[in-house]
Amino acid sequence: MKDVVYSINGPVVTVRHTKTFSMQEMVYVGNKRLMGEVISVNDEKTTIQVYESTTGLMPGEPVYSTGQPISVTLGPGILRNIFDGVERPLEEIAKQAGAFIPNGAHVAPLDEEKLWDVTLKVKDGDQVAGGDIYATIPETDLIEHRLMIPPTMNGTIKNVQPNGQYKLEDTIATLVTDEGKEVALKLYQKWPIKQARPVNKRLPISMPLVTGQRVIDTLFPIAKGGAAAIPGGFGTGKTMTQHQLAKWCDADIIVYVGCGERGNEMTQVLEEFRELVDPKSNKPLVDRTVLIANTSNMPVAAREASIYTGVTLAEYYRDMGYHVAIMADSTSRWAEALREISGRLEEMPAEEGFPAYLPSRLSQFYERAGYMENLNGSKGSVSIIGAVSPAGGDFSEPVTQNTKRFVRTFWALDKALAYARHYFAINWNQSYSEYIPDLTRWYNKNVGPKFMQDRQELKSILAEETRLQEIVQLMGEDVLPDDQKLTMQVARVVRVGYLQQNAFHPDDTYVPLEKQLDMMEVICYLNKKCKDVIAEGKPIRALIETGIFDDVVKMKYDVPNAHLEMFDDYYKKIDAACASID
Amino acid sequence: MALQYVGLDDINGSLVALDHVKNASNEEMVEFVLKDGSKRTGRIAQIEGERCVIEVFEGTRGLSLDNTRTRLLGEPMQLSLSMEMLGRVFNGVGEPIDGLGDLYAEKSADINGQPLNPVSRVYPQNYINTGISSIDCLTTLIRGQKLPIFSGSGLPHNELAVQIVKNAKVANDDQGFAVVFAAMGVTHDVANYFRRSFEEAGVMDRTVLFLNLSDDPIVERTLTPRCALTAAEYLAFEHNMHVLVVYTDITSYCEALREFSSSKGEIPGRKGYPGYLYSDLASLYERAGISKYAKGSVTQIPILTMPNNDITHPVPDLTGYITEGQIRLSPDLNSRGIYPPVDVLPSLSRLMKDGIGEGFTRADHQDCANQLFACYAHVQDVKSLTAVIGEDELSETDKKYMEFGRLFEQYFLNQGEDNRSIEETLNLGWNLLSVLPKNALDRVDNKVLDQFYDHEKAVETFGLQEDHIIKELQK
Repeated sequence: MKDVVYSINGPVVTVRHTKTFSMQEMVYVGNKRLMGEVISVNDEKTTIQVYESTTGLMPGEPVYSTGQPISVTLGPGILRNIFDGVERPLEEIAKQAGAFIPNGAHVAPLDEEKLWDVTLKVKDGDQVAGGDIYATIPETDLIEHRLMIPPTMNGTIKNVQPNGQYKLEDTIATLVTDEGKEVALKLYQKWPIKQARPVNKRLPISMPLVTGQRVIDTLFPIAKGGAAAIPGGFGTGKTMTQHQLAKWCDADIIVYVGCGERGNEMTQVLEEFRELVDPKSNKPLVDRTVLIANTSNMPVAAREASIYTGVTLAEYYRDMGYHVAIMADSTSRWAEALREISGRLEEMPAEEGFPAYLPSRLSQFYERAGYMENLNGSKGSVSIIGAVSPAGGDFSEPVTQNTKRFVRTFWALDKALAYARHYFAINWNQSYSEYIPDLTRWYNKNVGPKFMQDRQELKSILAEETRLQEIVQLMGEDVLPDDQKLTMQVARVVRVGYLQQNAFHPDDTYVPLEKQLDMMEVICYLNKKCKDVIAEGKPIRALIETGIFDDVVKMKYDVPNAHLEMFDDYYKKIDAACASID
Repeated sequence: MALQYVGLDDINGSLVALDHVKNASNEEMVEFVLKDGSKRTGRIAQIEGERCVIEVFEGTRGLSLDNTRTRLLGEPMQLSLSMEMLGRVFNGVGEPIDGLGDLYAEKSADINGQPLNPVSRVYPQNYINTGISSIDCLTTLIRGQKLPIFSGSGLPHNELAVQIVKNAKVANDDQGFAVVFAAMGVTHDVANYFRRSFEEAGVMDRTVLFLNLSDDPIVERTLTPRCALTAAEYLAFEHNMHVLVVYTDITSYCEALREFSSSKGEIPGRKGYPGYLYSDLASLYERAGISKYAKGSVTQIPILTMPNNDITHPVPDLTGYITEGQIRLSPDLNSRGIYPPVDVLPSLSRLMKDGIGEGFTRADHQDCANQLFACYAHVQDVKSLTAVIGEDELSETDKKYMEFGRLFEQYFLNQGEDNRSIEETLNLGWNLLSVLPKNALDRVDNKVLDQFYDHEKAVETFGLQEDHIIKELQK
């Protein structure tokens, strides 16, 4: 019997009395063949969520089974591309349909006509296992694409073709599995998006993801293979922070997922990344980037899929031995998509209408981050940076609270800082990074042991300031003794001169770790020398009038990244300023 | 002759259910004919087998289970479109109500629209001049942007909306400029005010007006902005015009959505609003933009009144997450008689940085805006300090800041009905900044200051009493 649509409620469609479908299977719904996924099955009805608008769909239209879970195509051509939430290339859709995205657009995920330069890495008779590399392709100027045996297979290679140019669908070798089945090895493989790709083992966290952003690298670092959350109300700069990290972090590959966010923003990312040049390789950033755009007006079910699509692409490149960072902006929209679908299914809601399985879905997502030894023995990582948009800017809502349980770096964005145009508006009292103990060894070895000491000193100064602020707000700054006034001054230097960073300044937009250390050294030296001066009973007013604090605040602009030796002058300036007071 | 169904099976609020329907499609339009011959329209909201749940646009009053014949129209809700829409007035579902007869439609389009492909978008980079200093200088409206006005009850957002519609213009205006105005759930008085104001100002011929009054059925209200945006997209993408869509009041729209959702028996989210409020609002706001395939643009100014002036209420909160900034009105400034009462500090235009400066407005725009922001922010600090220690105890510089704050509010914000060009606005900005000592202007390069800083002129313009101490300090 043919399976037909029975009921339609927004993106949720049901089919009655059928045993054709399995859970999480991908199906095509209706005459337009809209993409959908099976989300519940019982003997009376099968429920399907449809990834496209159901306007115009009629009961009685056919539903086609594919027998496969919803999957992505993994192969060369992913980088430099922009996909929607279910891996349909938006450029191709635009070529077919013009400015707007029509219903039921069917385009192949990857370009099937393009010829790739393939270098075979196996020969006839080789024994291979899942994850082994059988060919390489220069995918972009920056990244070598490594074709791997699908994780679940092993066997013997035969019919290896010579090196040369091949299309996506060409068979370049054949794998005879141990069960005797012949599998054609092409330039791609498929993988279900909701299942993590297997690895040999998890490795301990040991390296930071260097971002060149002072407040992050110094105070609240994230590790390669770690997970971080950026919660903040609107206008606090979540998206700006994500953009800065995508531009400058030292991952090999960036997967940027715009999940339920603004269309103009995605266009901006697209245009900026084409123009921006990676400082290490002098190639356009887009060569190492893949964008997934599901803007807020695109169908809600595809929004739910976009996060999984992104992380699956990230894992695929990790398996090749790359460090991958995935930016998800924003996970709250994804959680809301879950809530919306759950509401349509009339499930019993938990907190604030979110389904009870929200925490387990969040943990499944964030746990796909990690520093791994892959099946082929190479090492790679997936780092996840998720933005959270709490309703009303209130961090006690369920998405923020549950996310906090699964991430170890938490960058809390603060409205007051953002209003004062202090960017990044990361609040140093509410944010934390649990990776510090894991990363201390790396910092000591690669930047110098002073880095962690200075970091601690900066943190103490800021903590002391917070305490003093309470007094100042009640009684004014005048009541403080001079040594505490000094702490306030130095704290201002830390806040304005160090934590605040200008994304539009050519030097300040990316600051290498060496410069971060040099800057901290100067600030700590300033603190020490001034303390001595105050201890001698000299007035703080005189110190302020020398202008030394303002000089140090401006060093981030005055010392170019290429001339770090200029920091030596600051020690002399500080000495001179302190000596000038009598 | 299309099939007609006699009678209904269930009536509940504005929803009716009809059983044994063949060939119904999701979101298809239906027409009801009552016994007395009057007609109503509706839309299929949900289908289960042969049972359809239909939303009735004009309300269910007078419907009974056996006095109605229902006919399926075979397609989703369409709006008739033509260039003749300019200058006309329509009701909430796009039917002319100005007595000038039906529209000769050039084409018709589904009012739900389709999402604009992100790769087909052009990043917005030029501005719209509203003639209002606080908006043009500090939260510049960019073509293709969605910039809401967050207002409150009793604030003059309607006057501001009218003023923007009257004065708005685009630079190098060769493609034509049009305004689509949609009123959702406004009172009769307010609707008349809009209509009369546009007619008096002589801008009616470039305006399309959609009016849904507060006693019109709520289902219509959920369609009004969609009709307006469909009209706007038609003008922008088919006729290459720059279109400014102003719609008010988003809060009544959301309340209509809530009422409607609860009568459908849906599980409510925050404050009883449906869980899909974000997606629903996004389907309106995201229709702003510029397409690669046409020269026109759709810019939106949605106006919403924050219940209890609370910015964390779901409606302003979700709006803020979707739109590219916000213009906030302040009850405090309003009570002090300052019009327009734009609260500049929490106001923000996210796209401003790329659409101003050389080639768009003037090279010094960003500097002027940054410095005004910084100084006015400092004025607030000084004000709160004054509350503790009194104005007499302030330092001389802080007293200057207080003076600057007063003048800024009096001259810059309080412009009344004036229509200022961008040059006038920026010059006024620099003139006000010149009230302060030159070394207080720390966000601007000295080169720019040399060009624009003129303390004597400021003293003369604003009739300041020069304080000798300040002069001595400056020496």
